[in-house]
Amino acid sequence: MKLIKYMLAGMLFGIIMIKSEAASWYRIQEMFRFQSFHMYGIIGTAVVLGIIAVMLIKKFNIKDIAGNPILFHHKERAYFKYAFGGAIFGLGWALTGACPGPMFVNLGSGYAGMAIVILGALLGTFLYGVIKNNLPH
Amino acid sequence: MIDLIKQPWPWYFSGTMIALIMLLLLFFGKSFGFSSNLRTMCSMAGAGRKIRFFDFQWKNQIWNMMFLIGSVAGGYIATNFLSNPSPLKLSPATVADLNRLNVSFDGTLNPASLFSLPALTDSKTLAILLIGGLLVGFGSRYAGGCTSGHAISGLSNLQLPSLIAVIGFFIGGLIMTFLIIPFIF
Repeated sequence: MKLIKYMLAGMLFGIIMIKSEAASWYRIQEMFRFQSFHMYGIIGTAVVLGIIAVMLIKKFNIKDIAGNPILFHHKERAYFKYAFGGAIFGLGWALTGACPGPMFVNLGSGYAGMAIVILGALLGTFLYGVIKNNLPH
Repeated sequence: MIDLIKQPWPWYFSGTMIALIMLLLLFFGKSFGFSSNLRTMCSMAGAGRKIRFFDFQWKNQIWNMMFLIGSVAGGYIATNFLSNPSPLKLSPATVADLNRLNVSFDGTLNPASLFSLPALTDSKTLAILLIGGLLVGFGSRYAGGCTSGHAISGLSNLQLPSLIAVIGFFIGGLIMTFLIIPFIF
């Protein structure tokens, strides 16, 4: 029963990805071609509200539903892996029009091709795990 | 009410809802980051027996896998019950650009010429989808997160590494869009 709430949150997320059109290959192409404000508006609104909410949570020491303090983790300090790994991600994002969330959401929408994208993403994740120690970070 | 939901959502409402998802997970004591699930799936399939990166306590990530299952259901529900038939309002400039690449705009979220079942009989399309997915999977683990983990969760917490990652996402996206896609489509 404790796990059901995560499934409901995921369901809401899936609905948002479809209704916002953020799970659209066309919208991602439009974004990278700077031909509409739509995607920038979505991400910008989410980030601005997110920054305010996180500041308020920290300022007022707001607790989670179990009564524990909400903790924020600092990302490990590095440059190369974020820039280079991020660029590799971006290549795939523009090609498939899907980041990891929308891949699964679109599978639910009935796009069979997304199963191939997901298979590729699993292979890519696996490949990273295999060669991780030989990569610069 | 239902008619209001059925319309395409304006960007400011969509953005607010995404921030809400991040907050919801924070109040559940978790953090919003979708691509970790790909690592979890590799571990569940037994990759941890041979490779240390996949040898971790993946059972602590079951909540996130539930989120993933929910997102598939959400995609189904939104597409089948919460959509109206009006075509997506894509910028005419994008429609024209894509036409030049022989990708016709059909008014839906994703082109049937790439993602429909019949499209999978074409080996070039298969290669595009598989390689594209591979880049996303490899890159998100290399960068330690994807759009949700870095662009939403990370930037909300003012993390410089996330800003670097998001700039990286854009550099890669622009290279693909303007330098590579014209040659492969």
